[in-house]
Amino acid sequence: MSLLQVTIAGVDFKNPVIAASGAYGFGREYNRLYPIGKLGGVSCKGTTLHTRSGNPAPRIAETPSGILNSVGLENPGVDHVLEFDLPWILKQGTVVISNVAGSTVEETCATVEKFSESKTDMIELNISCPNVKQGGAAFGVCADSAAAVTREVRRVCKKPLIVKLSPNVADIGEIAKAVEAEGADALSLINTLTGMRIDIKTRRPILRNNTGGLSGPAVFPVAVRMVSEVYRQVQIPIIGLGGVASWQDGVEMMLAGASAIQVGTAMFTDPFTPLKIIDGMEEYVREQGLSNISELTGAAKLWE
Amino acid sequence: MNYMERVCPIAANEPIGPGFFDLTVQSADMARAAACGQFVNIRCGAKTLRRPISICEIGEDTLRLVYEVKGEGTAWLSQRKAGENLEILGPLGQGFKLKNAPENAVLIGGGIGTPPMLQTAKALKNPTAILGFRTRNLMILADDFAAACGAVHICTDDGSFGHHGFVTDVLKQKIAEGTCGLILACGPIPMLKNVAAIAEENGIPCQVSLEQRMGCGIGACLTCACKNKNPMYVTGNAHVCKNGPVFNAKEVIWE
Repeated sequence: MSLLQVTIAGVDFKNPVIAASGAYGFGREYNRLYPIGKLGGVSCKGTTLHTRSGNPAPRIAETPSGILNSVGLENPGVDHVLEFDLPWILKQGTVVISNVAGSTVEETCATVEKFSESKTDMIELNISCPNVKQGGAAFGVCADSAAAVTREVRRVCKKPLIVKLSPNVADIGEIAKAVEAEGADALSLINTLTGMRIDIKTRRPILRNNTGGLSGPAVFPVAVRMVSEVYRQVQIPIIGLGGVASWQDGVEMMLAGASAIQVGTAMFTDPFTPLKIIDGMEEYVREQGLSNISELTGAAKLWE
Repeated sequence: MNYMERVCPIAANEPIGPGFFDLTVQSADMARAAACGQFVNIRCGAKTLRRPISICEIGEDTLRLVYEVKGEGTAWLSQRKAGENLEILGPLGQGFKLKNAPENAVLIGGGIGTPPMLQTAKALKNPTAILGFRTRNLMILADDFAAACGAVHICTDDGSFGHHGFVTDVLKQKIAEGTCGLILACGPIPMLKNVAAIAEENGIPCQVSLEQRMGCGIGACLTCACKNKNPMYVTGNAHVCKNGPVFNAKEVIWE
């Protein structure tokens, strides 16, 4: 077993670095910069049952150490993804995670059923997108609805199931436990934090959707805290994300309790970020004399 | 074709007007790969997002980028000196399509939309340029266009230089004279929308270069959406960074 190999819900990743959903499309564009097969995995663009055009532009605004986005799950729909996108990315030598979203439980389940019949490696259930009016985050903001959608999806999902959690909640631990109890195989957290910016000249929000999801280094400490909190309350593995921009951040996220990490916004600053994280992590693992990087998971000793 | 990320030395970065800077960076392979109407995405210090800047001129082993300081990113960029390095991703996007371009092409540039039209002018035979600025002291690149074009018409909103009025006034005149077989334009949306309408009325092919707030710059994050009629866009959106910035004006859905 190599130094960086990790296993999550029975799926082997050559390293714990995964591209985050939404930042990476289906990998084709980044593959024009480097082989995306170097990554441990790719969480593909959030996919819905039907084609979605998403929100009007502007959909992105810079913030101190981060960005707000309001793409609103623009995607071609599951049938198009199964025909044109999934077959390509499955050949790239990386773990493929199909990210699924929906406005209703029925729609979400129908999409999961279709991916279950495909060769995708895992399914990531997005119950935390802040940019769609119905569903999305609405499922993820209270333990009952998060549990209900997970229960229904679990019934039809034949792949290892990751549930992606929203940070826009009072108690993320409660939601994590509820989702675990309904059969999630792993958790990923955090999705973006809802935010807003206003142009002081025009007195209008910069985003045409008014609000958007905050990501990037600005949210990193929040993500670390939430991963640490959830780690102490569930048995299933956690994929940590939220502002990871360097190998040091990746190590920190793992010490907090993550078994693997996802990289999103940092890709826009430097598209090679995931490769730099992989290299940095490997050197750190060697230097620390570990036999495998998973020894870091949850190894931070909290103060009494 | 593959994208490139290069560390490019700055050859020059000088002010050429109020808030306007003229940056030349060195990269032989980017210069070789670049085409008129494309852009590059430049990392700006500690900013999370890169800044997309259109390519103004392509040298043998240099790219010339003329930009306006609009916020913190471009302000940082304007402080960089010759000899410093910039991390640049590019050349990106689809530029102007000039295959079979007629000899009587008309280029239109408005304000900071003017720079990408310069390399475009150089790639054409004897084109006419119509450039619009708010006022005389915001006029940029007039001499460069004079050297690259058969004729240059300058318009100012306040009449402080050249034609007092809009670029569309001069465009209509050129069309009436029968000297316009192709229109290529970059500038503010209201200008482009009017140019596209005039082109449509007169049955003249027209390409427009659009601008939108961007994330990745390569077509992955889908933030720079613009509505488009072409059925190849399954979601109804094209994305400025990957499918553009230059689009067939007939396919753009103006909002």
